[in-house]
Amino acid sequence: MKTRRFGTRLKKIFPWVAGASVLFLWGASQLWPQFTFGERVGRSSLGMLLEMAGILPVMFILVGLFEVWVPRASIERYLGREAGWKAVPWLILLATLQAGPLYGAFPVAIGLARKGCSPRNVFIYLGAFSTLKIPLLTFEVGFLGWQFSLARVLISLPAFILVGVLVDRFVPGWTPSEFQTSGANPVPSPKGAPDLKR
Amino acid sequence: MTALAVFTGAALLASLIADRRRTWAGIVFGARMLVKILPALILMVAAVGFILSALNPRFLESLFGGAGLIPFLAGLTVGAVALIPGFIAFPLAGLLRAHGVSTAVLAAFVTSLLMVGVVTLPLEIRFFGRKAAIWRNVLSLAAAAVVALMMGLVLR
Repeated sequence: MKTRRFGTRLKKIFPWVAGASVLFLWGASQLWPQFTFGERVGRSSLGMLLEMAGILPVMFILVGLFEVWVPRASIERYLGREAGWKAVPWLILLATLQAGPLYGAFPVAIGLARKGCSPRNVFIYLGAFSTLKIPLLTFEVGFLGWQFSLARVLISLPAFILVGVLVDRFVPGWTPSEFQTSGANPVPSPKGAPDLKR
Repeated sequence: MTALAVFTGAALLASLIADRRRTWAGIVFGARMLVKILPALILMVAAVGFILSALNPRFLESLFGGAGLIPFLAGLTVGAVALIPGFIAFPLAGLLRAHGVSTAVLAAFVTSLLMVGVVTLPLEIRFFGRKAAIWRNVLSLAAAAVVALMMGLVLR
């Protein structure tokens, strides 16, 4: 019992320890210039931090606005269980129009799930996002040629759809529980959201 | 990315004009979500720092060069573990190809880089739960291997 509690506590502080060790290594490299590893660790971490600082605030504002404005019925209709395979083109369209790394799509996927997007479609969306973003494709074509990109897109398409179907199959009854039950929703009821068209 | 930021700014402005209280509620919702995943984000930043500083083009070249199963598996593994933004990854892949790395290995590297994220796994678990996150990554790794093999066959 006690060890278990110790384990969870360890898990809780581990990220901070990791972050502190990066700072420590960087600091050490400032003191001893021949210790270049610390310098490199610090620099790549800073690059990552800056990248996230540019992306995540935008994503979370978008998800917040999505949460309070988009009526549940419309997402349910186009991306819910009843939508069937007709949802796939919408998911792909949504994914290709976005930019940034995959972790930026996680909050968006949760936002969709909260509004009634079916689990299968949530995971298909993640697959589409990871492989088919247009900004990514332009880069890929430039450096690896259009044959490479075209082959990758055409072969990946059925692959990530299958991955979505299988994740849905292997994790039955999936819900975004973490962000659904913790009282994170400041709006009393999603049903109370008026339709934007009005 | 800039387009998305502009779009978000416009949406925020429109939302503020339409209903200030509701906009505030939305921003609070987003901010809470962000605060919840903060430890996972810090872990990710640290992991990227360590992994990226261990990787460099020459090391990758020695890992990916040649034919056979081992460079292919190396491509899949490095792609799965590394978290490299596209604007670095594709020039890097182009460089590796110019140095003779085969299409199948490059495809393995690129597809698993895009679809699998070991470094982002703690974050993914926070969002989607342990089971779903692990399954998605395991299945995506398998998918990346299949996609890369087929690309190797199609493109030669």
